[in-house]
Amino acid sequence: MADVVTEMSPLDGRAGSGADTAVIVEHPHLSKINLRGDSGDQAFMDAVADAVGAAPPVEANTVMTAGKHSILWLSPDEWLVVTPEGKQGDMEVALAGTLEGQHVSIVDGTDARTTIRLHGADSRNVLMKGCPLDLHPRIFGPGQCAQSILAKADVLIHQLDDTPTYDIYVLYSFSRYLWDWLADAAKGFS
Amino acid sequence: MFLIDCPYCGPRQQTEFHCHGEAHIARPKDPDAISDVEWADYLFNRSNTKGVFYERWVHNHGCRRWFNLARDTVSDRILAVYRMGEKPPRVKK
Ligand SMILES: [Zn+2]
Repeated sequence: MADVVTEMSPLDGRAGSGADTAVIVEHPHLSKINLRGDSGDQAFMDAVADAVGAAPPVEANTVMTAGKHSILWLSPDEWLVVTPEGKQGDMEVALAGTLEGQHVSIVDGTDARTTIRLHGADSRNVLMKGCPLDLHPRIFGPGQCAQSILAKADVLIHQLDDTPTYDIYVLYSFSRYLWDWLADAAKGFS
Repeated sequence: MFLIDCPYCGPRQQTEFHCHGEAHIARPKDPDAISDVEWADYLFNRSNTKGVFYERWVHNHGCRRWFNLARDTVSDRILAVYRMGEKPPRVKK
């Protein structure tokens, strides 16, 4: 019998870190499906809504949430569908079903990136040490997302609430580096 | 360092982008029919404009989309940003 392969994140075993007002915790193995299609095509929008519960956001840098599913805007024809751990197979099948026959791309990217959650009153100050985005609440708030750079690593940042809380999606190969950078950047806040 | 107004994401810092040189250089329709000199001209030779210059940029750390912009190479001021396929706008320095 073949061995069962256990999913393991490169950040496996790292407990929460950071400062009291900027806590970092890993949320590994969130299901992440990269979806591409034409948002100007109503059949595409309807089919995605049937599978996910919400149509993809058309407005740049925004997130559409439906229950446990989120759809993050990546570009005018590209989104990341995020669902709870272990659900990537179900979501992929659901999307492939409702989108059958359409000119789309559905790619499971669950194990390409992990998610680091940064939470606390100083979270914005920590991000601002290494990110060129304008994170001022007037510009960037809950329900928004952006692909950018954090300490020279490519990241996708999603602001969840006003605390503020951010989910930072980063490639596995950059995750240990970014975790250490965040832990270091949080020093001095408390 | 300057801000670039990505046609898709909005204003972002230059570090998120990459410049890929002069825009609106048409690929020869029939490469086999032209001489090596003409092909080399298409591949390698670019104008070295002092003033308004039209160039290609890609938002490679953001939406990964290509677009064009018009920049004054003297002042580094960005005069216009426009999408691929659109005609270059007339701009004043
Ligand atoms: Zn962009």
